[in-house]
Amino acid sequence: MITTAARNEDFSYRLWRYDGAPGELIPLLQSAQDHFGYIPRRAISYISDVTGVPESEVYGVITFYSQFRLQPMGKYVIKACDGTACHVQNARMIIDTLEDELGIEVNGTTEDGLFTLSTVACIGCCSLAPVMMINDDTHGRLTPQSVRKVIREYRRRENAERSRAAASCGETAAR
Amino acid sequence: MKKVIVGMSTCGLSAGSQKTFDRFSEFLAASPGSFELKSAGCIGMCYREPLVEVREGKSRIVYGGVTPEIADTIFNEHVKGNRIVEEHVALRMEPGQELGGSEAPHQKNQVRIVLRNCGLIDPESLDEYEGVGGYQALRKALLDMKPDEIIKVVKDSGLRGRGGAGFPTGLKWSFAAAQKSNVKYVVCNADEGDPGAFMDRSVLEGDPHSVIEGMIVCAKAIGAHMGYIYCRAEYPMAIRRLTIALDAARERGYLGSDILGSGFDFDVKIKQGAGAFVCGEETALFQSIEGKRGMPRIRPPFPAEKGLWQKPTNNNNVETYANVPWIITNGAAAYAAYGTEKSRGTKVFALAGKVACGGLAEVPMGMPINDLVFKIGGGIKDNRKFKAVQMGGPSGGCIPASLGHTPVDFESIPATGAIMGSGGMVVMDDQTCMVEMARFFLDFTQNESCGKCTFCRIGTLRMLEILTRITQGEGKPEDLDALKKLGAQIHESSLCGLGQTAPNPVLTTMKYFPEEYEAHIRDKRCPAASCTALVDFVIDPEKCTGCTICAKNCPVEAISGERKSAHTIDTTKCAKCGKCITVCTFGAVYKK
Repeated sequence: MITTAARNEDFSYRLWRYDGAPGELIPLLQSAQDHFGYIPRRAISYISDVTGVPESEVYGVITFYSQFRLQPMGKYVIKACDGTACHVQNARMIIDTLEDELGIEVNGTTEDGLFTLSTVACIGCCSLAPVMMINDDTHGRLTPQSVRKVIREYRRRENAERSRAAASCGETAAR
Repeated sequence: MKKVIVGMSTCGLSAGSQKTFDRFSEFLAASPGSFELKSAGCIGMCYREPLVEVREGKSRIVYGGVTPEIADTIFNEHVKGNRIVEEHVALRMEPGQELGGSEAPHQKNQVRIVLRNCGLIDPESLDEYEGVGGYQALRKALLDMKPDEIIKVVKDSGLRGRGGAGFPTGLKWSFAAAQKSNVKYVVCNADEGDPGAFMDRSVLEGDPHSVIEGMIVCAKAIGAHMGYIYCRAEYPMAIRRLTIALDAARERGYLGSDILGSGFDFDVKIKQGAGAFVCGEETALFQSIEGKRGMPRIRPPFPAEKGLWQKPTNNNNVETYANVPWIITNGAAAYAAYGTEKSRGTKVFALAGKVACGGLAEVPMGMPINDLVFKIGGGIKDNRKFKAVQMGGPSGGCIPASLGHTPVDFESIPATGAIMGSGGMVVMDDQTCMVEMARFFLDFTQNESCGKCTFCRIGTLRMLEILTRITQGEGKPEDLDALKKLGAQIHESSLCGLGQTAPNPVLTTMKYFPEEYEAHIRDKRCPAASCTALVDFVIDPEKCTGCTICAKNCPVEAISGERKSAHTIDTTKCAKCGKCITVCTFGAVYKK
């Protein structure tokens, strides 16, 4: 996963380091979202306290930008592209397939907390349309079949990891 | 020694270039020192990804569609055996010889100025950028030129802003330079928001230093000491490569204080966008850098006078800055030799949609649309009929095939009702419904309207409601007049470009494809068989294998048929949910 150096910094460190420089509100919110996976109520209070920007204004900025979320997101965030190039190549069908495979609607999160499905206006991979991003990985030239395959592969990997974790827990307990 | 270079931009990676790269890494681990393995940005032939180049001296052989298996062949035959694997060669560039390979016909009409280094150098290596003459323009500008000389060269080159509006770049710089202020800013707009455009992403991922160099030259020209690159968060790799490039440039003294001993100070910060299309508008972009809601404000005062933090600011987009070092090095006349009288130089286009060879193409301004679609883009996918190109994204319009002779430049394209835009060109065939396309763009602008101006906020919603109704077969004859009237009002009464141009996609499709609107409204029929409410779902008996998966999944039990024989859909029962299309493994279900 690619995270930029600037955003790699821990949220609390960024808050502590804040020196009153203007224009830091959005980077702080981005760092909060990276840290918590969404922007919880308490993060708004912290940011407001440190920067002196009223909570109402922080909330206003959060709701203006589509990147910010006030609800927890799944471990994997799927961004199905519905830009022009993808749209003329049947992006709608890809989104329908995702909704069906995951059993959720756009902007929903699966019950196991694994996937959040959202749409995005364009991720700039137009010549490989239709495309989707799962976290920072891009998958291109999708068909309904390949979409199902990709999702099942993530699920399979996740299950394997979980059972491995459970097994090692069991071992420790047995010892 | 041979160099093996794997294209590792977002497009390459999503086509699987990581696996190809890994395979070559294995070869290298098995026989260390046998060749050099590198990664590079996008060369522009996105439709042939993953791309692998084998370079030896000046000879460059680019292979297309390189899966790990083909990588084996290339390694054994070419890298070890010196035998070129002809059947996979996409491009063949050898000194003293004509461009060869299967993709040569699409490449030979291109002129690479902005994309000069994309695919050629490793974007994460400053050494390689310097190796192709990088930062020489900066040296010249800082040490040998006065600010007004720089501005004169840029003016004489005829370079116009590549973000869409086409304002003369040199003139814009002279406005900011004329301001008396000890704090000024240089801003690079990398918030490439037009769906269907990816030129800037490729430049940032493939050649980030050229943009940074262009910004420093601009800073010197206008007298700024701080710069910002506002890049959209949807481009994680572009941001990563920019960060690496900025760190490297700072370390080698191209950024910071007393650059190259000239006494000039300048530094650049990256600001990440947070997902708002309107932030591509410059005054909204400044608000967003300042950490506020990105809402445009009235101009004047123009940014050259009061921009970021109320200080004189020059704002250009990625492609504009990437042109600058080339112009400084090669001179204004060399640049002005390309293009048309009023639109000089080259332009990068992102060809996408139903075109056979989608990717990036850099061509001299003034090339006819037909040449771009057929000569460079290789025509329409599956040999279908060319219907229209969409230019300028949600602010642009659809240009019909009958106007395919129109040259692409800042004068001819607006005359059709579309706009030049940043260079996204989405090609449409006879399966694309123009009414649905108009609805799609309105849905986008409606979503992205910041809400400040009433006509943009509510007018676009009213238009969207009407268009949605038409695509659902509930259109009324008076709808067309209502759309025209609303379109004119929104255009008149919106503050920024987003609102003013929002009706364009609707108005151009109404102008060039009136028969499609009529078919939807009068005959309740979608000629392109795209609008779900107006079509029937059918199963192609040739493709259907009788696996029964569609019948099992149909929520209204409209599908019947024996196992292992073709199934049929009862259109009287069908709820048109589309579930059958998404589950069919053989692509046998389609809309008619």
